[in-house]
Amino acid sequence: MPTLNRRRWLTAAALTPVAGALIARAADVTSTSAVPSPRETIQARYLPNVVLRTQDDKEVRFYDDLIKDKIVTINFIYSTCADGTCPLITANLVQVQRLLGKRVGRDIFMYSITLNPRHDTPRVLKRYAGAYNVGPGWQFLTGPPDDIEFLRRKLRFTDVDPEIDKDPSRHSGNVRYGNEPLMQWAMCQGQATPRYIADSILWVVPKPA
Amino acid sequence: MTYLPKSRPDPARQRAQYRAFLNRQDIIKAGLSRRDLFKMGLLTGTGMLIAKDGLSARAASAAGTTTGQCASPATTPFTINMPIPPVKQAVASLSPAPTVAPNTAAGEGRTRNHQAPGVGLPFPPPVLYQVTQIANSNVIMSNQRPAQTIWGFDGISPGPTYVAQYNTPILVRNFNNLPANNGGFGKNSVSTHLHNGHTPSESDGFPCDFFEAGHFYDQYYPNKYAGFKSTHQPNGDINEAMSTLWYHDHRVDFTSQNVYKGLAGFYLLFNEFDTGNETTGFRLPTFPTYDIPMMFADKCFDPTSKLLAFDLFNLDGILGDKFLVNGVIQPVLHVSPRRYRFRWLNTGPSRFVQLYLTDLGNPTITNMFWQISNDGNLLPTPVQVPAVALGVAERADVIIDFTTFAGRTFHIENRLEQTNGQGPTGNVLAAGTGNLYLKIVVDGPTVADNSVNPASGPLFYSLPSTSAQPRVRRSFNFDRTRNGQWVINDQFFNCDTVRFTVQQNSVEQWELDGGFGWSHPVHIHFEEFQILSGAPGLFGSSGSSRSFSSSNPSTGVNLARKDVVRLIPRGNVLLFFRFRDFLGRYPMHCHNVIHEDHAMMLRWDIATTGDTTTRP
Repeated sequence: MPTLNRRRWLTAAALTPVAGALIARAADVTSTSAVPSPRETIQARYLPNVVLRTQDDKEVRFYDDLIKDKIVTINFIYSTCADGTCPLITANLVQVQRLLGKRVGRDIFMYSITLNPRHDTPRVLKRYAGAYNVGPGWQFLTGPPDDIEFLRRKLRFTDVDPEIDKDPSRHSGNVRYGNEPLMQWAMCQGQATPRYIADSILWVVPKPA
Repeated sequence: MTYLPKSRPDPARQRAQYRAFLNRQDIIKAGLSRRDLFKMGLLTGTGMLIAKDGLSARAASAAGTTTGQCASPATTPFTINMPIPPVKQAVASLSPAPTVAPNTAAGEGRTRNHQAPGVGLPFPPPVLYQVTQIANSNVIMSNQRPAQTIWGFDGISPGPTYVAQYNTPILVRNFNNLPANNGGFGKNSVSTHLHNGHTPSESDGFPCDFFEAGHFYDQYYPNKYAGFKSTHQPNGDINEAMSTLWYHDHRVDFTSQNVYKGLAGFYLLFNEFDTGNETTGFRLPTFPTYDIPMMFADKCFDPTSKLLAFDLFNLDGILGDKFLVNGVIQPVLHVSPRRYRFRWLNTGPSRFVQLYLTDLGNPTITNMFWQISNDGNLLPTPVQVPAVALGVAERADVIIDFTTFAGRTFHIENRLEQTNGQGPTGNVLAAGTGNLYLKIVVDGPTVADNSVNPASGPLFYSLPSTSAQPRVRRSFNFDRTRNGQWVINDQFFNCDTVRFTVQQNSVEQWELDGGFGWSHPVHIHFEEFQILSGAPGLFGSSGSSRSFSSSNPSTGVNLARKDVVRLIPRGNVLLFFRFRDFLGRYPMHCHNVIHEDHAMMLRWDIATTGDTTTRP
């Protein structure tokens, strides 16, 4: 077995090409051809293909239709959120949508998922979006309560404390953003400034060469 | 005003309307006026409030709690020798030559001029380096793993160790040659921070000073003692000398991914006292043979592919179940029976550790050793300790005397229990039941040992005085909003928001307090501080095995200069700072890099005129 003692490393480090510095070995691993790719691993772990409905009552598959090959933002809201955080965050994201301009719906796709699917039907979500003057390219999503809850957990909009996690008014106010094909995922706070949120999202939009 | 349903009314709907009425009352009670609601867009132009309903109870945690913690496939421990990173070699010249102003045309990502010439430092400095951040797909972390891909400085992780001398400034030309294909995590947009250099802001690796692949960034490290241009001219205060620093990526929102992927290394500072030669100065064990840096990390590996895995959507903190030192899982180190200096660094990403020297054959025996530095700053005198507590980014130099241990075997063991990203439980586990990081076998040849014996009570640096009246005393609360967003003083991070301005060459006191339930290792760039009160001690040190006890800062290892302070739940610490010599922007942030990325951070600036905001 290779030993990486210091003299060997120092000798190897003298070599300019980095690849020669440490020795590769197909180790005692049973590799199968069915090992998923990193992108498949991320999809299986976090981005399930649950069936949702948009505010236009269109049926969509979460991963295949909404996320795959796209740059996206994801957050959770509910229309009857009474403690003020959802309205603030939605209002922020409306500003973000304006700052990002034509890119939303073309390069960047925004998604807000309801935490209260029993009340937030597509019609309710459409009215909610209308009240905020949400533009095209930003979809509001609902679905069967069990599927929504499953999606929430997969997307990790959860709290480590089960009591807090059960309380809808304590739901996460963060906004996840990501470039799915490039596998660059991050998170910013929904109550940061719209300019900062927009700038963050642009970090994962490839610049023209 | 009520929304009249067009469909036939049903009892559920009527209940909903009643709940809606109650909810509207709640909104009013919450203090939101009609005008507020309108401004927030909750009222339409015709003044209609979206019908509100009560909430159905959330589906009880039917899906169970996904802690997201890992289940790495098994490895056989202690079969690979612990790697020791090579020393970085200087280059004779750089082409194009370094310029004071950013060389944007040549692809430099820097945006602000070097301050060095303006404070009398040579430009370019006498020693030049070139480092390249690059991927390496041939890394062995264990014999039970396939070759791993890391991103490393010069393609290795840990990166090469810089050996720097005080009063010899250096410049590092830092190339970003990282690939667009990240293999599942990481972003090839970087900002390299030297933790915790007394570095001018434009070279400090501010999180928003990132540069893209195909570009470079010249970083000037003065290697001067703090105070050289202010309180202690011309060479600075010798008692601000630092010894063990580390450098790592600090790119806003992607720090945790990039550091986890390998972008970290050591930077050591020597002078006429900490010489690297055990026959001179403080006579600390000779570098490099008996002075060894150790980077501790805990990581996860995918159960199927057995490749390094990063929990991308984790907001709380990642706990790895594989324990690495210098990039290899559970390595082994052979030593001679004499004194060694080990430079310990915990790179997490989130775990708090308390490291013991365990003899598995006699686990109940406490093997004391000597701690000689805190956060890489030599203590006034060595302190004999049973263990060292390290939050992420904390460092401790220790001297372990193996002279009477010939033929024996020990393990560096973490006995601090932690089950989630919130922080350690406070439980110290029984010896031998913790996490074993490193096996040490004392079977090397007998050799001369001319290093100082810490038991003789040698004196190192004195602590700078903390009696000066602060110009301002500020307080900072590190907490989490009701909706899971990290905040400092209830505010969110922004690259461009200067939360407060410190007056150049002034003294401040900062009080930090932690929110309920979470532990945070808080780091402030640029200057070392001293803890006036609230310094956390070893876990379990108050007698009960579950405690976060604080120890008196005037004794022991807390009598020190530090740059990371462990904020325990509801903890409160008071810090003393001098801010000297340079100007510009710096951050303060939690160094649980998962919290840092989401974004438990603020920007503060140093300027010729400062403000006196007490709760910025």
